Amino acid sequence: MTTPTVLSMPGVSPGVLPSADGEVRIGVYVCHCGMNIAQTVDCDGVAAAMAKLPDVAVAKGIGYACSEPGQREIREDIATHGLNRIVVGSCSPRLHEPTFRQMLIAAGLNPYLLEMANLREQCSWVHMKTPEAATAKAYDLVKMAVARARRLQSLTEPMLPMTQRALVIGGGVAGIQAALDMADNGYEVVMVERQPSIGGVMAQLDKTFPTMDCSI
Amino acid sequence: MTDAGRHPRITIHTLSEVVDVKGNVGSFDVKIVKKARYVDEKACTACGECAKVCPVVRPDEFNMGLSSRHAIYSPFPQAVPSAYVLNSGECLGNNPVVCSKCQDACEKKCIDFHMSDETISERVGTIVVATGLTPHDPRALDEYGYTRFENVLTSLEFERLVNAGGPTQGHLVRPSDRKRPRSVGFVQCVGSRSARRGKSYCSNICCMNTIKSTLVLKEHYPDMDIKVFYIDIRAFGKGFEDLYTRSRRTGVHYVRGLPGQVEQLADGRLRVAVENTAGQSLDFYDLDMLVLAVGIEPAAGTHKLQEMMGLQLSSDGFFLEAHPKLQPVDAATRGVFYAGCAEGPKDIKESVTQASAAAVRAIRLMQSSQIRAEAITSEVITEQCKACGKCAEVCPYNAITVDPKKKIPAKIITAACTGCGTCAAECPFGAIVMNHFTDRQIYDQIDALLDERPSDKILTFACNWCSYAGADYAGVSRLQYPPNARLIRTMCSGRVDEDFIWYAFKKGVPIVLVSGCHIGDCHYIDANHWTAKRVDRVRKKMEKRGLRPERLQLEWISAAEGILFAEVMTRMEQLRQSVSEKEIAETIALLS
Repeated sequence: MTTPTVLSMPGVSPGVLPSADGEVRIGVYVCHCGMNIAQTVDCDGVAAAMAKLPDVAVAKGIGYACSEPGQREIREDIATHGLNRIVVGSCSPRLHEPTFRQMLIAAGLNPYLLEMANLREQCSWVHMKTPEAATAKAYDLVKMAVARARRLQSLTEPMLPMTQRALVIGGGVAGIQAALDMADNGYEVVMVERQPSIGGVMAQLDKTFPTMDCSI
Repeated sequence: MTDAGRHPRITIHTLSEVVDVKGNVGSFDVKIVKKARYVDEKACTACGECAKVCPVVRPDEFNMGLSSRHAIYSPFPQAVPSAYVLNSGECLGNNPVVCSKCQDACEKKCIDFHMSDETISERVGTIVVATGLTPHDPRALDEYGYTRFENVLTSLEFERLVNAGGPTQGHLVRPSDRKRPRSVGFVQCVGSRSARRGKSYCSNICCMNTIKSTLVLKEHYPDMDIKVFYIDIRAFGKGFEDLYTRSRRTGVHYVRGLPGQVEQLADGRLRVAVENTAGQSLDFYDLDMLVLAVGIEPAAGTHKLQEMMGLQLSSDGFFLEAHPKLQPVDAATRGVFYAGCAEGPKDIKESVTQASAAAVRAIRLMQSSQIRAEAITSEVITEQCKACGKCAEVCPYNAITVDPKKKIPAKIITAACTGCGTCAAECPFGAIVMNHFTDRQIYDQIDALLDERPSDKILTFACNWCSYAGADYAGVSRLQYPPNARLIRTMCSGRVDEDFIWYAFKKGVPIVLVSGCHIGDCHYIDANHWTAKRVDRVRKKMEKRGLRPERLQLEWISAAEGILFAEVMTRMEQLRQSVSEKEIAETIALLS
């Protein structure tokens, strides 16, 4: 195990404007992922640096953010500190973004108020031999995530009306099969065929392989 | 066929074509033109009295012109709907004084010369495209002599000749003398597997179709001499190899090599010259009949439908699926599905399988009266829009309406938008907001990155689906690479605005890397074409302004290319080291 390096903290830059829609209160969680991240990146050091950024209400290292205790801790912080933006520095969002979005929903926040920083696949795992540089990179990645989180807005997935009927273009064997399957499942089907009869090329065939039976 | 015809929930419009499709998943508004049949489809009992009296004789399309029909006819005995049809172009009866014999013969009075084309409007939630195929026209391959020699047929014509319902009641005859041929040759890959002579792809069905035909012939005429000229026999499906073995056992002679030349002899027989590539010999065969196993080509209306519905075609002209392995029946446009040969050459079993899959995919959307749409979509700030039309031009999904001529500002059809962000990147007036990947969000990320020690860093834009996933894969594989790059994730590389790049250079970054899916693999159809164009454009501008264009890099990295991602990172770091503090300072001065 490598000893976590102490992060040299450069001055936090100003120039970030507060968000337009009310007070932003960001919670930052830097996940250790057991030792997956923590053996290379000084997670607690990064968290401490983030605590000094504007609008960050809570910043802390966390053992496993995705675990149930981890998620509970974040949910409790959301309630206690009135957090309205969450930054999780952990694994790839391609892995756990859905997990944390669910967590936000459970905590009563819009799921799009989450931002993740990829500290595992794109940092600790690929810079194992340079912990200091990895920590500097993690610092940047989480700081960028905080900057982005400050600007995040609630989004809703609009509901669209669904007309429960289908159009099938072409009345050959494929069109007929698709139409029958949908119709047998209770859906209305409109079939459009250019020729005077349905059947397509299949109807012209004699025997068909591999069973050698008639096509019609 | 008949099941579909009598199904209470299936409405069949024959002699019909889709002429317009508007809207999006859940509410497609479809316009269908139904040509006049001139026969009341419901009243007609297909008694055939009308055809008996019709004086017009024309080649029968269903039998590939090998028999004749009248101007009023039934396409084939089992046709659905079971009603006669009158071809108005051929009929004399448009002026009933001239003929109208059929009308007199029809007891049920179903024939109406004044029937006109109808336009039908339908609203549907999903669409299955099952437009089928066109058989290859072998006339271009002149060496086979199709149409020059009467006894050279296509596989589809042959199909009608051996069909019990065909013009000869299934008795195979030679067209030139109506006698049964003693020898038949089959030529494979006619119009397939050769870009120069037809299409470069394999048509999938012709090998098995020929094998089937040889078995049918051997069953009826065990003594017939049958030769098959082929490149390879592709008998890959379940039970296929078995049929091939059976065919060879019955004595069918398989000759490896395609005919180079066909000549007609005085008695109508055909002399076929073949280079036998297995035996290294030039052989001549005299055959009574030659059957060309013609390939499958996209259906005639494919292009028109593709444009009308905003779909995509693969390079061989068939419809392109959303993903070749994981979404093989979905179109990239939500709510549209493919079945059968519309998507590529396939046999009946595969067509049926794909059709059932398409039906289930459609049902999956239709089962509820509402569906959830994408939240990450773009929005137009109408006041800033100059109606230039650029956004609509770049949108891969036809999700933007705008009228540059009438100056009607752009409008996003949210339901059709998939959130690639290309429109926002290309809008010259900053009039499009890409939700969840707004300009402000991205600028703030760049600021956060470059506020401290910018010269140490490489700004990398990575698309969610490919290059960002490729970076993850490098991580999972524990590939070690220099730690100087910082990734900004966007859904698509098409989102990377030119101004982001200039801004980053102005803030002192040595290198900007834009990365995305390989051309052809873009998750948003072809949005990355615009990325490529844009990067090219910026590099040209950089050169003009005295900036080294190498400082802007473009890389295509797939989700599986972790190794490539690590290599690119190493290369980027070398490039970064080539950029001096002085060069950076000059750039900042130049751009400020």
